[in-house]
Amino acid sequence: MEIFVQQLINGLTLGSIYGLIAIGYTMVFGIIGMVNFAHGDVFMVSAFIALICFLLLTTVIGITSIFLALAIVLVVAMFFTSLVNWAIERVAYRPLRGSFRLAPMISAIGMSIFLANFVQVTQGPRNKPVPPMITDVIVLMDSGSYQVTLAWKQVIIMVATAVLLAGFWYLVQKTSLGRAQRACEQDRKMAALLGINVDHTISLTFVIGAALAAVAGVMYLMYYGVANFADGFVPGVKAFTAAVLGGIGSLPGAVLGGLLIGLIETFWSAYFSIEYKDVAAFSILAITLIFMPQGLLGRPEVEKV
Amino acid sequence: MAVQTAETAPAAAKAGDAGSLFAHAFKDALITGLIAIGLLGPLIGFQTIIIDGALGLGYRPGLLAVMVGIIFAGRLLLNLTVWSPNRVPKTRSGPSVFDRLGATVGPGVKPALLAFAAAFPFISFYAMGGWNESRYLIDLGILILTYVMLGWGLNIVVGLAGLLDLGYVAFYAVGAYTYALLATSTPVNEFFAGLLGETFWANWAFWICLPMAGLFAGVWGMILGFPVLRLRGDYLAIVTLAFGEIIRLVLINWVDFTGGGAGIASIPRATFFGIPFNASENGFAALFGLEFNPMHRIVFLYFVILVLALITAFATVRLRRLPVGRAWEALREDEIACRSLGINTTTTKLSAFATGAMFGGFAGCFFAVRAGFVSPESFTFDVSAMILAIVVLGGMGSQIGVAVAAAVMMGGMEMLRNLGFLTQLFGNDFDPSLYRMLIFGFAMVAIMVWKPRGLVSTRDPTIFLKERKSVSGDLVKEGHG
Amino acid sequence: MATSSASGAHRWDADPILSVEHLFMRFGGLIAVNDLSFKVGRGDITALIGPNGAGKTTVFNCITGFYKPSEGRLVLGHGRAPTPDEVAEVTRIGERSLVGREAGVFLLERMPDHRVSGEAKVARTFQNIRLFTGMTVLENLMVAQHNALMAASGYSLKGLFGLPGWAGAQRAAVEKAKYWLDKVSLMDRADDPAGDLPYGAQRRLEIARAMCSDPILLCLDEPAAGLNPRESLELNTLLRSIRAEHGTSILLIEHDMSVVMEISDHVVVLDYGTKISDGTPEAVKSDPRVIAAYLGVDEDAVEEVEAEIHSEEATGASS
Repeated sequence: MEIFVQQLINGLTLGSIYGLIAIGYTMVFGIIGMVNFAHGDVFMVSAFIALICFLLLTTVIGITSIFLALAIVLVVAMFFTSLVNWAIERVAYRPLRGSFRLAPMISAIGMSIFLANFVQVTQGPRNKPVPPMITDVIVLMDSGSYQVTLAWKQVIIMVATAVLLAGFWYLVQKTSLGRAQRACEQDRKMAALLGINVDHTISLTFVIGAALAAVAGVMYLMYYGVANFADGFVPGVKAFTAAVLGGIGSLPGAVLGGLLIGLIETFWSAYFSIEYKDVAAFSILAITLIFMPQGLLGRPEVEKV
Repeated sequence: MAVQTAETAPAAAKAGDAGSLFAHAFKDALITGLIAIGLLGPLIGFQTIIIDGALGLGYRPGLLAVMVGIIFAGRLLLNLTVWSPNRVPKTRSGPSVFDRLGATVGPGVKPALLAFAAAFPFISFYAMGGWNESRYLIDLGILILTYVMLGWGLNIVVGLAGLLDLGYVAFYAVGAYTYALLATSTPVNEFFAGLLGETFWANWAFWICLPMAGLFAGVWGMILGFPVLRLRGDYLAIVTLAFGEIIRLVLINWVDFTGGGAGIASIPRATFFGIPFNASENGFAALFGLEFNPMHRIVFLYFVILVLALITAFATVRLRRLPVGRAWEALREDEIACRSLGINTTTTKLSAFATGAMFGGFAGCFFAVRAGFVSPESFTFDVSAMILAIVVLGGMGSQIGVAVAAAVMMGGMEMLRNLGFLTQLFGNDFDPSLYRMLIFGFAMVAIMVWKPRGLVSTRDPTIFLKERKSVSGDLVKEGHG
Repeated sequence: MATSSASGAHRWDADPILSVEHLFMRFGGLIAVNDLSFKVGRGDITALIGPNGAGKTTVFNCITGFYKPSEGRLVLGHGRAPTPDEVAEVTRIGERSLVGREAGVFLLERMPDHRVSGEAKVARTFQNIRLFTGMTVLENLMVAQHNALMAASGYSLKGLFGLPGWAGAQRAAVEKAKYWLDKVSLMDRADDPAGDLPYGAQRRLEIARAMCSDPILLCLDEPAAGLNPRESLELNTLLRSIRAEHGTSILLIEHDMSVVMEISDHVVVLDYGTKISDGTPEAVKSDPRVIAAYLGVDEDAVEEVEAEIHSEEATGASS
């Protein structure tokens, strides 16, 4: 029972991170119908930006309050990551919008390889560890032999995820930007005819997706205390799995999918085998796409003849 | 990374005088430079270094300034020349340079390339002045031909049938492990030892396993293909990617069966149809009255992969002219119309998938026998992406384009290794081979932006009444979904 | 209704090639086809007409297997019309089809799309032309003969190794393609990509391609859409000759009344997914319900029809 509760907490934490990344996939897919393969690597880049910013703040500028530092890191990482994703859309995807359907996907694969290797070249291939921060924990249960703990950083991750999600949810549902976005999802040509700046809206979608990925990057860095150039691919695929599982195009679906994937992964590791945890994630991806491509909260597609 | 904003340059500048034109170009370049600082600043301006186990920061303002400077200057130059609003854009329609090149020298290119490929070991022998000296070139030739074959195999799936397969490396792996496991298997060896003599299995393993590897990979293609082939284009891509990764992860983790991450070593070498390449008196050199040279085996391997690649090409050409090949292409063009003509799209897709997988399996078997060692490291997603990039750059569906693309990409990547002199320029930390995948990723994006239909974009019809006219790439579709 | 009285005389009742029985098609809450029954006569040209959104294409998609009907039975008879017993037998045993030496019964609602075209021999064209644009005209016609050629090529093995039999089959297939190219006067464009053809030629090619699959029932979805009057006339001639020379029954959706009234033997009118009229062109033309459904087509006709409806209602109320 104690182990179960502990895994539940860990799974939800991990799931929050996946959910944040998954939103980027789902929003981009919703608006331009493309799988942004490079999104996982954007997440990885954000972790590096956060790492550099954190080092600057703590070692060079000498900020002692870890919370203040984290807040600044969050803002800086969101800004620079958004810029990166904006530029990627501009350079690698926008010129392909009228091209055949698989072109943006192939371009995105190239971009993913480029980003990972760019970071490898500029920052080196080794793991970059940060000193553990916010190590305090709350003991929830104590059966003598096993303690169920809730780390403060887990609380921060879950709270930050919830707050940011609420904010972006409001943005997409209630503001004119969100309306423009949904209009572009439905019919880009018609939206353009009605005076919506489609390019602008698509750019903003990438910016929002990157900002959320940056939040995930900061959380990841804080939680695991390590960044590596190769850490984009697998979390990226898992987050994409989350987006598909939740129903691609659906924002709450992405979060739900993220939490589910996080839970499945932690429980799988705890109760079955840690070696095969990625196999489990990839299998879920395949099974979902094959048997319920509309996901949990998505709408089914009807083939047009 | 330069950010393209030229197309949004206001038309008002068109009529402007040179001064305002320059001012505009300068302003645009300045903005680009600022964006470049934002993009490159964190990752190039700073470097995370591990000093005594703790993480510290290094600074590279010089490098950053150089990079941003290049981008600024390049942008300014482009704004004033190529992207200048005063310049009349050259509208080019119709066949590209490569297409026209293909049309004019086309008939001669294939035999010439073929002759060159066949004579290549001897050319390098004379050029380098000896077998041992030409080893590097012949190894490179083998590498390129392996990727030519893989490209042709994947071309059936992606180029003809229009199914984006991101897990092609899985079949390469299946082929390689089929040979590695069978050839090193003690029970199999003992079985044949009792039946046909001690050395039989060591000498014949490759030739027996080669067809099996292809067959096995084809069967795997069907098993993996069956559930996924009704998916849309990009979903199909992701699921095949997932399958490729699952197979790799299983190869890593199933240590008892596959040797895990350490792989399988000392796999029997290829033989000249049962005659081993060794210095013994039953060896190849002794039997043919040659002086023993380990390069004999390498040259032989070169011809093996050349023949395998040619079989792939020949089979593809033949299949294209058969109903099944036409159905593949029809499927790429319009799946619904196919179904309205009584074509079973599931079996048609499956046959394309399995055929492609089979050739991947052959190539994998060859890889295992050449390297004598297999490990999951060799079958990462990067390999799939590389093969896909070759197919895309070559022009989906074009055999000659794929061959040229494979030579250019693999040759280009190899050349990066030889740029050692650059260390004098950039300091000793500079390792050009690190940049292989970086350039490769960039090239993939660049191809898509610049020439999404690849080098050869025209399609050759499979049958004609009066004259063979190639079909313009603009009409050819690139897969459903 | 006026047509029902003399039903015995009509070919579609005596020898139907296709019987649509109580067809329903629902998409979520929307009922696109609502309890539709009609028959298509063997050797007839049957037109399915109705205002936009009446569910005509949905019916086509059900017949050709692209949609699985929510309810209903679609009976296709090869050779002769199946007896009710035969139909009941196939329905009961749960098979897709029952094929004898001279006749065959196919329950189309149980068959996937490629079997409807491949085995039941129902070919179709599409409202928004679906050609293989990147393939040549000749290649389009060769793809249409896929199943026959596939068998002849020994499922690729014979063809791959150049065994005898395949070359002859291929030659025969080219001959057949040439015949149809000649028929739709596209002979001199045979080696051009299909996507390069002008619109009217693409429509003709699509019909030729469908005919290359040897159908017994040809379903045409708005074949005259986008054609000029001269091309329309040529289409009429083509369809008549297909019927006369190949005995292929034709079912077509059409908005162009000049085509419908000119060539069809039998007209079925749909509105909101239900049948509102069924009979010979003359009978349908004068059916007030049809005219009502088409209100707005012609200013003069509107008033005329309105008057007619009033009188119809007056007499209808008494009966």
